[in-house]
Amino acid sequence: MPLIRTPNIPDPDGFYKELMDSQREMDAAQAAAMNARLVLLLANQIGDRATLSEAIRTAAATGRPAGI
Amino acid sequence: MPQSRPRYAYRCSDEQASGRPQRHPVIVVGAGPVGLTAALDLAARGLRVVVLDDNDTVSNGSRAICFAKRPLEIWDRLGCAARLIDKGVNWKVGKVFFRDEPVFSFDLLPERGHKMPAMINLQQYYLEEYLVEACAANPAIELRWKHRVTALDTRSAPMTLTVTTPDGSFTLQADWLVACDGANSALRGMVGADLGGQVFNDRFLIADVTMKAGFPPERWFWFDPPFHRGQSVLLHKQADDLWRIDFQLGPHADPVEEKKPENVIPRIRAMLGPAADFELEWVSIYQFACRRIDRFRHGRVLFAGDAAHQVSPFGARGANSGVQDTDNLAWKLALVIRGEAPEALLDSYHDERAPAADDNLLHATRSTDFISPKNDASLVYRNAVLDLARTEAFARGLVNSGRLSTPTPYVDSPLNTPDEKTFEAAMRPGSHCADAPIERAGRPAWLLEQLIEGFTLLVFGAAPTQAGLIDTLAAGPVRPRLLCAGHDFKDSQGLLAARYDGRPGTCYLIRPDQYVAARWRRFDAAKIRAALARALAIAT
Repeated sequence: MPLIRTPNIPDPDGFYKELMDSQREMDAAQAAAMNARLVLLLANQIGDRATLSEAIRTAAATGRPAGI
Repeated sequence: MPQSRPRYAYRCSDEQASGRPQRHPVIVVGAGPVGLTAALDLAARGLRVVVLDDNDTVSNGSRAICFAKRPLEIWDRLGCAARLIDKGVNWKVGKVFFRDEPVFSFDLLPERGHKMPAMINLQQYYLEEYLVEACAANPAIELRWKHRVTALDTRSAPMTLTVTTPDGSFTLQADWLVACDGANSALRGMVGADLGGQVFNDRFLIADVTMKAGFPPERWFWFDPPFHRGQSVLLHKQADDLWRIDFQLGPHADPVEEKKPENVIPRIRAMLGPAADFELEWVSIYQFACRRIDRFRHGRVLFAGDAAHQVSPFGARGANSGVQDTDNLAWKLALVIRGEAPEALLDSYHDERAPAADDNLLHATRSTDFISPKNDASLVYRNAVLDLARTEAFARGLVNSGRLSTPTPYVDSPLNTPDEKTFEAAMRPGSHCADAPIERAGRPAWLLEQLIEGFTLLVFGAAPTQAGLIDTLAAGPVRPRLLCAGHDFKDSQGLLAARYDGRPGTCYLIRPDQYVAARWRRFDAAKIRAALARALAIAT
């Protein structure tokens, strides 16, 4: 199924805060480790290889260099 | 205490002594596991074989250990497996640990009803010793020790080999050459073959240690254990209470320093505890590559084993795939040499084994990348998988300490005849035949024991009885043997019919290497003939 790029999260600001709060006390290494686990958990939830590939391509193409 | 390995007597051949080169139908170069198996298989297919090896003993040190079910089935077909299984350590369960907790386990053979075990561990020097004895006892095989091939002239047929022995150099001639001369194959260079792939920088220390240990006969793998922080460790039990321990050292390790017993022993002590009683028998450092030859067939030179492909050891896909190379090759080469199949049949050796090598390379590379992450990001993800594996079932399947060797089906092989009808079973054309327990003449037996010579037509249901039937199924001089389930043997536990979706009328055309060439829901002589011709690369 195609990657959903229109708004699909209820109470998006609430979600954003929840995510930021979960990492507030973490240093960069801890947050990176948690993000990797989160990616894997969510990837398993999606479960569709085509969707996951599209998400990977989208994320890779829109990345910005650190410090900008 | 290291045992001494056998030494085999060099003998100056009559050919060399007389100065009259002989023409050999096939010569095998290299008497390692793959070359010796090739010789046994070629002899089993009716050929006389000369094997040349540049030394006079078995492999030295700690090399291949894990021998998988399909190679064991091949050795069983050749009459060698019982001895290997008796001496080796039988195992099927692997456990993976992260730090000090188990995170994943696998079972290589969860179902019953197979003659061969999932995996045995046996030191390569024992495997070679037993194969040498089998070859030496076979009048069709001549082993020539201390014979080094120094040049090859393929410009005319037969080819001319220049060989050097302790008595000097001489030439001999061969119609066909099977190159099993290992990772640094000289023959590869002589035919101008390319080797493509990648070399890995990570270094591993391997130690063979004799001890009476309480570990069960399971493959144990640790990521980041307390006794070897930030690296991996692998433990295998071999014969004679010899344990193989692999320590990952990383790309910056100094091999000279790391090999010293005073540096190795503390590592082992940290792992086994200060009171452990062990003897260090062997130490070496290795790096590995995942590479394969461009073409498995170069004219009349056929490459097999490490001469054709090299893999990192996680997954035991090296020797195991080499033996499967010769299983694929020997029956084809025998038919071609006897003029019963066209030379084009040998192109299928590349068509079938090159994708298998690529499959093995892919799996081995993926395992290596998990064990040795190449950059910070992959290290973070690798550890994320391990962390999640403790509690999340989905993550356990991502833990990759090695995907153990299984046969690669020849899905796109030109020798296959595609299914016309639907079958439930996985035994599709290009698959190796699954074993099944049967009963023959009132005694327990196995399906694979019935599939040891030539092509077989396995028929379920009523046995076709018309006179001269077999002749109607012939493709040139080749005809299949008829094997009728329920008539020639009993499917005593029903597992054969289950594994083959063997409804009455079903027929399987099975190749001499126990692979399925074609299958149908009812007997049709014209279709069987056509499939047999296709499996022989006979153009119609």
